[in-house]
Amino acid sequence: MSGLLHIKRAGPAVSVQDLGRPGYMGQGVATGGAADRQALFEAAALLEAPAVLPAIEMAGMGGSFTVDAPTRFALTGAPMRANLDGEPLGWNESHLLQPGEVLDLGGVSEGVYGYLSFAAGMALVPWLGSVASQASLGIGKLLAAGDTLPLGTDPDTTLPPRRLPKSDRFKGGTLRMMPGPQTSLFDPATLERALATGFTRDAAANRQGVRLNHDGAPFPADDAASLASDFITQGDVQMTGDGVPYVLMADCQTMGGYPRLGTVLPDDLPTLAQAPMGAKLRLEMLDLAAADALWQSDKARLAALRGKAVVKIRDPRDIRDLLSYQLISGVTAGDDLDRGSDQ
Amino acid sequence: MTQDTPQSPSRAAHAPEVLPLGQDSLLVRFARAASFEATAACLAFQRAVEALALTGVRDVVPSLTSVSVQFDPSVLDRATLVSAITPLLSEAATGAALPAPTRRWHIPVAFGGDFGPQLSEFSEVSGLSEVQILKDAQETELRVLAIGFAPGQPYLGYLPEGWQVPRQRNLTPRVPAGAIATAVRQMVLFTNASTTGWRQIAETGFRPFLQDRAEPFLLRQGDALRLEQVSHDTYRDLIRNDAEGLGGAKCEVLT
Repeated sequence: MSGLLHIKRAGPAVSVQDLGRPGYMGQGVATGGAADRQALFEAAALLEAPAVLPAIEMAGMGGSFTVDAPTRFALTGAPMRANLDGEPLGWNESHLLQPGEVLDLGGVSEGVYGYLSFAAGMALVPWLGSVASQASLGIGKLLAAGDTLPLGTDPDTTLPPRRLPKSDRFKGGTLRMMPGPQTSLFDPATLERALATGFTRDAAANRQGVRLNHDGAPFPADDAASLASDFITQGDVQMTGDGVPYVLMADCQTMGGYPRLGTVLPDDLPTLAQAPMGAKLRLEMLDLAAADALWQSDKARLAALRGKAVVKIRDPRDIRDLLSYQLISGVTAGDDLDRGSDQ
Repeated sequence: MTQDTPQSPSRAAHAPEVLPLGQDSLLVRFARAASFEATAACLAFQRAVEALALTGVRDVVPSLTSVSVQFDPSVLDRATLVSAITPLLSEAATGAALPAPTRRWHIPVAFGGDFGPQLSEFSEVSGLSEVQILKDAQETELRVLAIGFAPGQPYLGYLPEGWQVPRQRNLTPRVPAGAIATAVRQMVLFTNASTTGWRQIAETGFRPFLQDRAEPFLLRQGDALRLEQVSHDTYRDLIRNDAEGLGGAKCEVLT
C-alpha cells in the first residue's frame, strides 16, 4: 500500500527534514535536520511511531497535498490554517488522509515552522544517513508544486487520532545557554550585560541562523580579529564583527572565526527557531554541570511525549457518518472501578 | 581543565585547553592562532584519542588549532572522558610536524575583476601590491589545513606574513560558489554561495563538494594545492559545461 505524496502547491521554503546527519563534521557537513526538532518528536508520539519519521518542514506557508494510498498524518510545530477537503483540522493532532482528499495548509498563525509528518514514512534514499535537505549547502532541494515523494506504508491506518496539548514555544522567551570554547574571551562585564539585555528576533532568520537585535552597545570579545577558525555547534551565539549576536541553527557552518558567547541548549532551540520576527528573547547562562544534567536522549524525548499524546475524544456532532459507528461495545458488569481499587 | 563557569577565564595562551562544545562534545584547543605546529598537534592528538578506542566516543575531528571529541552522554560522561584524554595532551602538543602531502592539486583560477572583486581592497589593507599578491598566491604550496564551514570546503594556508590581515568587520552578504577569499594568512575556496568576512580575490570552477558527483568530496586534510592563474576568457571556457565541477583542476599523486 505504499504510494506517492503529490505536492499541488508549496510555500517558498518547504523541504524534507528528519533529525539530520550527525557525524560528518570532518567533511564540513552540519548535522542539519528540522529547525524545530521537538515538532518531529511530537509527530512520532501522535502517530505512535517507534522513532522519529521524516517530515515536510514548511517555513511560514504550507502547501497542498494528496496521496494515492491512505495514511495517518500529524500536524505539529507552528500552527497553520489546515483543511481537509474544506473541513478545518486541529493542529498538534493526527488525522487520516485518504486518496482523493486534498490536505491544504495555509500560513502560520504563530511561530515560523510547521511540520507535516506521515505515518507511512518516506521511501527516500538517505544520503550520509539522512533524507534531510540542506538546500543552502548544496544537499537536497526545496520542494515545489508538481513534485512527488515516495511514501512507505502506514502500519495501521485504523489507529485512533491523537492530540497533544498546545505548546507555548511560538512567542519567544528565555534561551538557556552553556559556556562554550570562547566564553572566556568575553569580559565578565560584557557577558553580564548580554545576559541582562532584552533582545528581539531580527528579520534575518533562516535555517542557518537567527540574528538578535537590541538597543545599546555591541558585545565585543578580546583578540576577536586574530582568532583561528574553530568548530561551531548548533546553538552557538556568535558575535560577528559588529558585535551583534547571531545564533547558529540547523544548517549552520561547521567552523568559523568569530567569537561565541556560549551555546543555546537543544531544549531551547525550538523556541528560538519558532520565534516570530520581533519576538522578545533573553539569554541565560547555566553552568556546565547544570547544562549537562539537562541532556536527553532522543529515546527519552519521545517517551516523554508518548504519555501526553491522548486519544482525541470527538464531539459526536462533528462526526459526519455517526450512524456507521458501533456506539455500544465492551459492555461490562459495571464494577470496573471497584476492581481497580483492589490493585 | 574544563571551564566551569563563564566567570573563570582560562587565558593560558600555550597550554592545551579542554573546553565544552555543547552537551555531547568537547573541544581540545592547542592554540588560539593558527600555525602548522598547532595543526600537526591536532592530527597527533586525533590519532592518540582514536587509539584509546573509548566506548561512547562518536567522532574525533581535527581543525586548524583544535580537536572536537563528540561523545554519547548516555554511555560516557564528560568528566570520565576528560580524565581519559588529558594524559595525551602534552605529547601531542610537542614536536609533531605536519606529515608530507600524498597528493597535490593544481587549480586554475581567475584573479581580480569580476572574479576577485576585493583584490584591490585586499592590496590596500595588506599593503601588498597586486603583482605581489598574485605571485605569493601562486608560489606558495598551500596545504588543506582543515575541511569545514561548508561541506568539503578547505581552509588553505599558510601564505607569507604580509597576508596577516584580519577578517572584515562587516560580512560580505554573498560570494559565489568557487570564490577564493583570504584572511589571516589563509584562503578559503567556497563550495557554495555564502556570506563571509573574508575578502574575495579570485574565483575557480573547482568544486570540492558536489552531492551528486560519483566522488562528492574531493579534498582531504593535508592535501597540497597550487593555484595557477588563467585569463578571464580561459576561465570562462573552463567553467562552461563543467558538470563534474573540476574547473580544469588536476590531481598529482605524490609517493
